[in-house]
Amino acid sequence: MSKYTEEELKKELETKEYEYGFYTELESETFPVGLNEDIVRAISQKKNEPEWMTEWRLDAYRIWQEMTEPNWANVTYEKPDFQAISYYSAPKDVDPNKTLDDVDPELLAMYKKLGISIEEQKRMNNIAMDIVVDSVSVATTFKETLNEKGIIFCSISEAIKEHPELVKKYIGSVVPKTDNYYAALNSAVFSDGSFCYIPKGVRCPMELSTYFRINQAGTGQFERTLLIADEGSYVSYLEGCTAPSRDENQLHAAVVELIAMNDAEIKYSTVQNWFPGDKEGKGGVFNFVTKRALAEKNAKVSWTQVETGSAVTWKYPSCILKGDNSVGEFYSIAVTNNYQQADTGTKMIHLGKNTKSTIISKGISAGKSQNSYRGLVQIGSRAENARNFSQCDSLLMGNECGAHTFPYIESKNSTAKLEHEATTSKIGEDQIFYCNQRGIPTETAIALIVNGFSREVLDKLPMEFAVEAKKLLEISLEGSVG
Amino acid sequence: MLQIKNLHASVEDKEILKGINLEVKAGEVHAIMGPNGAGKSTLSSVIAGNENFEVTEGEIILEGEDLADLAPEERAHKGIFLSFQYPVEIPGVSVTNFMKTAINESRKANGLEDMPANEMLKLIKEKAELLEIDRKFLSRSLNEGFSGGEKKRNEIFQMAMLNPKIAILDETDSGLDIDALRIVSNGVNKLKNENNAVVVITHYQRLLDYIVPDFVHVLHDGKIVKTGGKELALELEEKGYDWLK
Repeated sequence: MSKYTEEELKKELETKEYEYGFYTELESETFPVGLNEDIVRAISQKKNEPEWMTEWRLDAYRIWQEMTEPNWANVTYEKPDFQAISYYSAPKDVDPNKTLDDVDPELLAMYKKLGISIEEQKRMNNIAMDIVVDSVSVATTFKETLNEKGIIFCSISEAIKEHPELVKKYIGSVVPKTDNYYAALNSAVFSDGSFCYIPKGVRCPMELSTYFRINQAGTGQFERTLLIADEGSYVSYLEGCTAPSRDENQLHAAVVELIAMNDAEIKYSTVQNWFPGDKEGKGGVFNFVTKRALAEKNAKVSWTQVETGSAVTWKYPSCILKGDNSVGEFYSIAVTNNYQQADTGTKMIHLGKNTKSTIISKGISAGKSQNSYRGLVQIGSRAENARNFSQCDSLLMGNECGAHTFPYIESKNSTAKLEHEATTSKIGEDQIFYCNQRGIPTETAIALIVNGFSREVLDKLPMEFAVEAKKLLEISLEGSVG
Repeated sequence: MLQIKNLHASVEDKEILKGINLEVKAGEVHAIMGPNGAGKSTLSSVIAGNENFEVTEGEIILEGEDLADLAPEERAHKGIFLSFQYPVEIPGVSVTNFMKTAINESRKANGLEDMPANEMLKLIKEKAELLEIDRKFLSRSLNEGFSGGEKKRNEIFQMAMLNPKIAILDETDSGLDIDALRIVSNGVNKLKNENNAVVVITHYQRLLDYIVPDFVHVLHDGKIVKTGGKELALELEEKGYDWLK
């Protein structure tokens, strides 16, 4: 009899294996392990970067060397040995003029396995994709359509060469090299990533999308994303990733910088599914990400994230609301299972007058995982009439996981209005039985309850992404029942 | 249609049902009455397959099939419906979405394709009217913030949508004012036909003025101690349960 108790739910969750844990054979060129100035120079050289970029990297490296790893987050893990990591890996024989048809069939097969067929994406969703596989972009599509509008969407490596004036001006302007340990490391060794520039008054006609993937054993991946929305422009950017199963911990330390100029709007959506480690907590990706946006006058920035993967996550997509009337939003679903640990949230820094921010965070914990929300709402002394609404909800499955909320509020202006709401609930046996009685099997019941809990955030995702996100939520929590 | 033979069930080694025998034929309405703690709700949970209770002896047979090895959802697919005394809340899941999922899961189990959207909408409209339910109500989260009456009305709406063979109404009258009681009872009466059956579990005779039973059973200490016609309910109302002990 397929008896259901909470005990068994826990067992089910524990026996769930990483569905995307396959490994694709791609020939690749990998640097020797370790990090020093020569390696930093070699990375820069490998990518034919101009002198200023090499110097920028070296400067970051020197800063990084002076720093120590932060340990204030509510996570415990064995610190990575930074001298045991290879800092550059690229699939061989990359031809920048390659079209989608020329892409390694094995790679295409890999995406198909994930249900993200590129052709399909292209045809049906009208998405231009800049795919990052092991650090180097291997295919870029829809470039011409974007060109007509003056939109630049390319790899950051290409942007350094083709648009140095933009990169030079904005890289590190929102997340400086000195910002934190991982941002400094990323600045020194970033391998590749995406660059996007939307000119004044242009509304980007399609969702821009990048799929990241770690695909080489022992390879750290350090993406760098820079997105600039010029005055009055609009762009919606989708970022999604899955990673194959590996024994060793893989370090992922990305930096994402968004600049929304006067009256511009940026919508940045992420679905993250890095390998979370097996049910004993072995392996899995360390995800230490710095994401920050600068919003000028009347600008609006929305971060929406669905985090289901990684062994350890340390991530706070933030908004600096510098301009008057600027708006920042953060919508997050973070799922942890087995031994996963997530410490995630946001920072809303209100500097301008009449600035507004909204934070909706949904944490779902199962297994023996720990899920923390950490958020800061800071109101500057000149931020007259700033407003914030925060809502942090936690859903627990079983008795061995934990949900934590660390909301910080600092207000230097008495006109500020701040609201904070928090709830904690548990998926109950009675809820499951109720669904079962209506003919809904346990697996579907959990998906239904989790989707219901996450609804406010899922609704913020672009349609096609929401479907994928729901699928990921189900995979992350249900496993193979029966 | 439903046969219960010498049913014994316990929870945490404490025996609650001590040999229940009951036969419900198609087209019949049965009422099960009895004092608190007699095992009324346990009986409904055990029929629905709630695994918190262990069946130690006896059988539950639906249309000739022993239900012992069937999970709660499989029993539901075969046509067992339980209107809960305390319906649970599922935040963020609308009544419509919940019903759509439930109906399609049952169809899937019975080898049918998903119900086409237009058919689903038609069915929802029809059943909502039957139970005098405002359509706006259907987009609200399931039972979240519902009044007692709304919850019970929603249970009967679900029964209407799922069209079960055997509907067990567990204390459906509790928490209902007189108008809601009338609406819910009318709904049940309209849904009843010669191919299905209703088992009403209740404390009070009140509900039985509206849903008139063919048989009334008195449950006491895990056993059916008396069976009679609808007049037995009136007698119980007058004399209480003590004379049956």
